[in-house]
Amino acid sequence: MNRLFIKSQDIVQKTVEGLHKDLERRIIASPPGQCPVDLTASFLSLCHSQSCGKCTPCRVGLGQLQLIINRILNMDTDAKMEDIDLLEKTAKAISVSADCAIGSEAANMVLRGLEGYRKDFESHIKNHTCALSIRTQAQPVPCVAMCPAGVDVPGYISLLKAGRYDDAVKLIRKDNPFPTVCALICEHPCEGRCRRSLVDAPVNIRGLKRYAVDHCGDVPVPKKMDDTGKKIAVIGGGPSGLSAAYFLSIMGHHVTIFEKRSQLGGMLRYGIPSYRLPRERLQWDIDAILSTGVECKLDYDISTPEAIAEIRDNYDATYISIGSHNAKDIGIPGEYAKGVIPAVEMLRGIGDDAMPNFENKSVIVIGGGNVAMDVARTAKRLGANDVTIVYRRRREDMTALSEEIDGAIAEGCSLFQLKAPSRIETDKAGNVKALWVKPQIVGKADKSGRPKPMDSSEDEEKLPCQIIISAIGQATDIQFFEDYGIPVFRGNIRAGKNSVVDANYGTYAGGDCVTGPSTVINAVAAGKVAAANIDSYLGFNHEIEANVDIPLPEMADHTPSGRIEMRERYAKLRGSDFDEIEYGMTYEEAMHEASRCMRCDYHGFGAFRGGRNTKW
Amino acid sequence: MVKLVINGQKVSVPEGTSIMDAAKKVGIHIPHLCFLKQINAIGACRVCLVEVEGMDKLVPACETDCREGMKVITNSPRLRRTRRINVEMILSDHATDCAACVRSGNCSLQTIANDMGIIMNPYENTAEKDRWDTELPIIREASKCIKCMRCIQICEKVQSLGVWDLQGTGHRTTVGVVDNLNIQDADCALCGQCITHCPVGALRSRDDRDILNDAIDDPEKIIIAQVAPAVRTAWGEQIGLRDEESTMGKLVCALKKIGIDYVFDTNYSADLTIMEEGSEFLERLAHKEDYAWPMFTSCCPGWVRFVKTQYPDMVKNLSTAKSPQQMFGAMSKTYIAQKLGIDPNKVFSVSIMPCVAKKYERGVPQVNDSGKGSDVDLVLTTRELDSFIRSDSIRPEDLTDEPFDSIFGEGSGAAVIFGTTGGVMEAALRSAYYLVAGENPEPDAFKNVRGMKGWREQTFNLKGNKLKVAIATGLSNARDLIEAIRAGEVEYDFVEVMACPGGCVGGGGQPFRDGYEMAEKRGEMLYDLDKANRIRFSHENSAVQLTYEEYLEKPLSKISHHMLHTDLEEWDLSMLLEN
Repeated sequence: MNRLFIKSQDIVQKTVEGLHKDLERRIIASPPGQCPVDLTASFLSLCHSQSCGKCTPCRVGLGQLQLIINRILNMDTDAKMEDIDLLEKTAKAISVSADCAIGSEAANMVLRGLEGYRKDFESHIKNHTCALSIRTQAQPVPCVAMCPAGVDVPGYISLLKAGRYDDAVKLIRKDNPFPTVCALICEHPCEGRCRRSLVDAPVNIRGLKRYAVDHCGDVPVPKKMDDTGKKIAVIGGGPSGLSAAYFLSIMGHHVTIFEKRSQLGGMLRYGIPSYRLPRERLQWDIDAILSTGVECKLDYDISTPEAIAEIRDNYDATYISIGSHNAKDIGIPGEYAKGVIPAVEMLRGIGDDAMPNFENKSVIVIGGGNVAMDVARTAKRLGANDVTIVYRRRREDMTALSEEIDGAIAEGCSLFQLKAPSRIETDKAGNVKALWVKPQIVGKADKSGRPKPMDSSEDEEKLPCQIIISAIGQATDIQFFEDYGIPVFRGNIRAGKNSVVDANYGTYAGGDCVTGPSTVINAVAAGKVAAANIDSYLGFNHEIEANVDIPLPEMADHTPSGRIEMRERYAKLRGSDFDEIEYGMTYEEAMHEASRCMRCDYHGFGAFRGGRNTKW
Repeated sequence: MVKLVINGQKVSVPEGTSIMDAAKKVGIHIPHLCFLKQINAIGACRVCLVEVEGMDKLVPACETDCREGMKVITNSPRLRRTRRINVEMILSDHATDCAACVRSGNCSLQTIANDMGIIMNPYENTAEKDRWDTELPIIREASKCIKCMRCIQICEKVQSLGVWDLQGTGHRTTVGVVDNLNIQDADCALCGQCITHCPVGALRSRDDRDILNDAIDDPEKIIIAQVAPAVRTAWGEQIGLRDEESTMGKLVCALKKIGIDYVFDTNYSADLTIMEEGSEFLERLAHKEDYAWPMFTSCCPGWVRFVKTQYPDMVKNLSTAKSPQQMFGAMSKTYIAQKLGIDPNKVFSVSIMPCVAKKYERGVPQVNDSGKGSDVDLVLTTRELDSFIRSDSIRPEDLTDEPFDSIFGEGSGAAVIFGTTGGVMEAALRSAYYLVAGENPEPDAFKNVRGMKGWREQTFNLKGNKLKVAIATGLSNARDLIEAIRAGEVEYDFVEVMACPGGCVGGGGQPFRDGYEMAEKRGEMLYDLDKANRIRFSHENSAVQLTYEEYLEKPLSKISHHMLHTDLEEWDLSMLLEN
């Protein structure tokens, strides 16, 4: 008799495992704007099917929760407001009394829902349909909906598939005047909910955009509309300011950019290393923007009341887009020692070609964001002996993109996780000698779900080094603007969703200086919003359009196929120079990837009301 | 040109042609439900599916453009099976109360289900519950809605009002009033185009036949009916009369059989409208600076509602002359009653209209001037009239030509064309010319205003006065026209607008058949009637002349103003007015 057997999956388990994977992808690709109450009911039903059936709260209670929610949702029944109370009371009871997480976590989901979207529950009882805000979020094309600037993704993918690269760039520029920059470094939120994920994996949208900009010719910008005679000042020539300037200039206004530094580009030049964004590629976008007739005043710092008064007196509207360029203090003893460099300052110097020399030095980078990865990889290229990234949480808690972290490691940087910097040791001359760190242990999750690090009982550790680069975030230089009466909020300029700061004076603001450090596409989107609203403020309704006809989708089934990933230069070769590390797709790859696009502009809800905004 | 093969037949079509249209070209009919030409090709119902060689997935013929070399099959065992299941699914989400449905016999879903021979549905019924106030002139029965989205598209694209929108998500997705509003607050013009383009019975106008029946039953009531011009072009369609058979005389006969005491013609009051509106226009021209320009016609209540909600500052541009329906109503309880020697208090004034908005118009409190309650007591649409005739088992062969009652059955050719786009303008110009010149123009002198183009303009010389006129039909065209006026891009003296595309002949109260736009053909019937009429000018209508002689004195007189004009600024927009 055999007493034990090796565990193996039977066909049923294998199939169910496959379905689990399908469902995971499906949840990731949930279309924006779905009814949260309906989703809650569906999730509960799934949770209930996982119940072992032993304890009452889980076996019976989860079913009762579903019945109550369905009564609220059902258009044929008349639920009462008291049903929400019953739902809450029941969920609380299950949460504290179910024997295991299968029951209690399911009930917690309902409780979180009641906190997050109680209004939608109420709307279903009152109006037998979702709250208005839910439906208005429903947009047919997930990638376009997820792109802050609303770039017509299926449109330009179909154009590049047809070999019309110039038209693809033209179409992108309708919403985003930085096609090249975004092709190279966009964080591609568009891929997050790609419907292709239901079949296999999201389309490599950024990679395809890159193919278009790698292969287009000179694409002239749209013709400037009739001169309006209006003058607009843009303070700060980063991605947000340049985007606003581009659109406003096309609309026929006179735009002047006031840039504090000697070159345009903001964080694109003074924050992003050239191995990710080669300067000539950045310049291509900037040149196109300037070709609309935007005027620039470089090395022009708006930091005196006279300068502001001049803008107020001579310009009809102002867009403040000064970015977020100040370094934040680490807040530990010794941080002003020689050899401690804020990341923003280092990258700013490099932007103007002032390269520090790290040869034969041990470098420590503090932080876990993309900037930390950028400076770590840059330090390596500047000749550092070794580069260590010190972070007080875990790798999975880092805000940096996973591929950036992988890149840093591949190029020889090492990660030191769960180490909180505690002090900096210096020699007699005041030079950095070492970074002391306190080992951490993961604690309970905070509100965002990230576990909070706590001091462990282990002793402090000494990490000898000569250079410490702090990349723990940036702050906005609001002091002057605040003194001048511009409203501020939590260290940034306060502006509405419409970018309005002061409706009476036509003052608008957007980008990092409003949101805090964020992505280039968010900055571009803010510039677009500001351009539209400044145009309206000035009494116009100029419409930006691309006038590009979009090819029909191919007649083909969408059978599962792999996603083409971007390839990079061999890590050992690329790690010592500032040349670009990423390769664009080949023609073959681009065509394969483009044909994976499911053309949501044409299928599904996209067929209704045209599937795209041809103008704004 | 694109070459393809459909069911083995070679077809060559221009680029951008759908598979559906290409198939039609070679005599292959692909069943469809949600598709509405030029308005809705969204592949929602999945009934028009076809097979395309090389593809496993079936594609909808309505929204798929032909590609070079494509091989299409429109009937295969897999298609038959799939199409049928899809129709069964639609039926399962639809209240299949066919016997008790206003659209029974004229329902696209019923036809398709019948054609497919569906006699049992394996699916459980999940039709939505109705929650609509059935007192409203327009009624949406959610239980019958098949979510084809045509109503949303018609209202958005053709009427530019966007009253309907999608509501809810997932399987609870349905059609509702935009922004979760009550229809009363959604700026609905009540044109009824959503009704006449609904493939099933989800949208209908309120059925008021019982009110007429009760009036007939009341010995104290004397029923006077008026019949709008457009009704005569369409009333026969659904009772089995061919166009040439459905004469006005037979309609009079039918109304008499139903129990109407006096049958008169709205053409009489259309001629009155021309006298008043034409004179008003000349009066405004004479004191140009005192008025807002251009002057708008005001006989279409859908258009009036549109102006009141969309451009309230332009209500003053609307002519103050009442619509023919309301002029007739006011006369029926004053001069007509007097002329007939009957007690005006006993008069029950019923109007047969091609229109849903007329049901609203009669209820506006500010429109009544006879002093005898509502000037018009009841409005029945052409469809309700047909239904009344059918329910009385009146057969086409039972009908003979009977004359209108004397004398208010008289109408000019100018009046009869009121029912089609451009007609009011042409009628007004004919009489305006006479009023200015003192002599008649050629009756067809102004026929250039005719046509089906949504927005057209003409310039005429009226004895030295250059007049620039414009006509819009369909509210989206009207909106474009108004926006152009407001932007200073165009300038007109006189503008006619009818809310329904093609005018009243294509009205929301008319009979209809899915997939057919009848307005143009019906409009031609009206022009034929105009041509055949011995009177071509409103001012030559002898009943109208007598009315002025004996009662109203002259156009724009004090009593004319009191009876035949109205203050549109004061009009209440509520759809549930009772007075």
